[in-house]
Amino acid sequence: MRKQQELAIEVRSVGRVYGDGAGQVTALSNIFLNIRQNEFFTLLGPSGCGKTTLLRLIAGFDFPTAGEILLYGEDIAPLPPFKRPVNTVFQNYALFPHMTVAQNIGFGLEMLGRPKQEITTRVDEMLALVHMEPMRNRKVMQISGGQQQRVALARALAPKPKVLLLDEPLSALDYKLRKEMQVELKRVQAETGITFIFVTHDQEEALAMSDRIAVMSHGEVRQVGAPWEIYDRPAERFVADFIGETNFLTADVISIDGQRTRVRLSNGTTLDATYPSDLTPEGKVTIVIRPEHVQLAAPSAGAILGGQIEDLTYLGTDTHIRVRLPDTSLFTIRQQNSRIGPIGFAAGDPVSLTISEGAAQILKD
Amino acid sequence: MRKRFDIRVQPGFATIAMLCFFILYVPIFTLVVYAFNSGISIARWEGFSFRWFVAAWNNNLVIEAAIRSVQIAAIAAVIATAVATLAAIATTRTAGYRGLTFKYSFINMPLMVPEIVTAVALLILFSRIKVWTGYSGLGYLILAHTAFCIPFAYLPIRARLENMDLALERAAADLYATPFKVFRYITLPLLWPGILAGLMLAFVISLDDIVITEFVKSAGQETLPTYMLGQLRRAITPEMNAISTVFLLLSLAIVTIFFFLSRSNEKSE
Repeated sequence: MRKQQELAIEVRSVGRVYGDGAGQVTALSNIFLNIRQNEFFTLLGPSGCGKTTLLRLIAGFDFPTAGEILLYGEDIAPLPPFKRPVNTVFQNYALFPHMTVAQNIGFGLEMLGRPKQEITTRVDEMLALVHMEPMRNRKVMQISGGQQQRVALARALAPKPKVLLLDEPLSALDYKLRKEMQVELKRVQAETGITFIFVTHDQEEALAMSDRIAVMSHGEVRQVGAPWEIYDRPAERFVADFIGETNFLTADVISIDGQRTRVRLSNGTTLDATYPSDLTPEGKVTIVIRPEHVQLAAPSAGAILGGQIEDLTYLGTDTHIRVRLPDTSLFTIRQQNSRIGPIGFAAGDPVSLTISEGAAQILKD
Repeated sequence: MRKRFDIRVQPGFATIAMLCFFILYVPIFTLVVYAFNSGISIARWEGFSFRWFVAAWNNNLVIEAAIRSVQIAAIAAVIATAVATLAAIATTRTAGYRGLTFKYSFINMPLMVPEIVTAVALLILFSRIKVWTGYSGLGYLILAHTAFCIPFAYLPIRARLENMDLALERAAADLYATPFKVFRYITLPLLWPGILAGLMLAFVISLDDIVITEFVKSAGQETLPTYMLGQLRRAITPEMNAISTVFLLLSLAIVTIFFFLSRSNEKSE
């Protein structure tokens, strides 16, 4: 019972199908998600994966063709948007152009029929929360993009929604402003204690901001977990490929011992790999190794992998090195530039690669 | 450096443009000038005077026809704009479905159908109704004008609706506005310039109509254009010029008022 109360949103077996007959398109199929109270929860995926559709179903702009959406235990899926205690920050803000900043922020409360005094107080609170007090009586077309973003956030938060939905709100901002707003959003979420559901296709943004992430593709949830789980323990190839850079190798399973399994690579060397708990590895498998978990060394006989440097890209904080393996595939390494000066390798150099303990993981295909 | 395809450097462009302006405005200019002629001719200048304006002002037939014209135009434009607004909302705020394109063309059909056909059709229909009901008031003219004004009011309103960001209405609904309140506080204020444009256009179109009016009107229901047409059958005096000039000023005034109304609205966005 207690556990149930902690869930802000429960998505149960939700599906959304558009059209009928031969032209039928499945936007979402059989989605299950539990989103906890006060959580910063992110729906992450490439465009067309269904993340925005799911958000629209929660907001009430669209209705599921199957399943139910519970808000604190109550099914809200059939309710129109104006009867749901959830508010949305829109991708292009959708601020009302004929109103001032204060009128925009007070709109929700006014529609709820709250007394004037309460609205004024709440608008002041919200303006302070997003540091926009001086802009109070400006028209929304007279303020900058970043400021509009803040007003949109304040407007959605003013009626104290039980859940705040954010539909790629940072995508229209330039890089620096985006970074700044990421921090702002986290701060506002911590200060207000409201559950945030954030939609983005930017994996860096998702990793930086979320308590938990649901990775979606083709209308399905592929994996749900904390950012480190999504990154370090991808459940399947799509997740590993979508989040960050990855090396894929094929290998044969030799033996299984608890959570560890011994695999043989195509060049004959063997190494230990972890695997997800819902998988029993056998036969041919794909293993994934992140570029930063590999070290470059001078060629040596006992190395797990060897090859020739194809090219190097210097990126300031670190260097990307691509190594051509004997089977002609490319292997990416990211090495931090912890020492001053050049890294001591050049294109064409033969090298050996060592892989950090526990870095290799077997994937579900 | 001038752009190579800038229309201003195309050979002959200026000449053609000037010719067009000339053809468009010279007749109007002549008309206005001879409205102030002191003689009885509309082609021979005999001196400046306001005599024909005074004559028109003292001509009861002219004043009655003018009042009737404005009456019909005002009522027809208001009704047509209201109907057009509803039609525009119904045809833009809906998911596309089969038959929607057909509805567009159905609404706009009066623009395509030759006016004379509509006029004859209405004449036949209304004469039946007159026989049945015995009513022969201005209602027929108002109804007819409303009908052909609807597409003119519909077009600018629909254009405005189509350019409006749908997310605005969604955002209002998200902020607890019921569908009626969304319309009252978001859609209507943003649509207002479109509605004004539609209203002005409908008003001017109605004021100007002659073919349908000529067929539908009962005895003694002259509007200004039909009265003037009637006068042409007799001797033409500069009185016609004077009336036309006032007409011209009236439409200029309407266009100007609308321009400033819509501009102050744009500014507030």
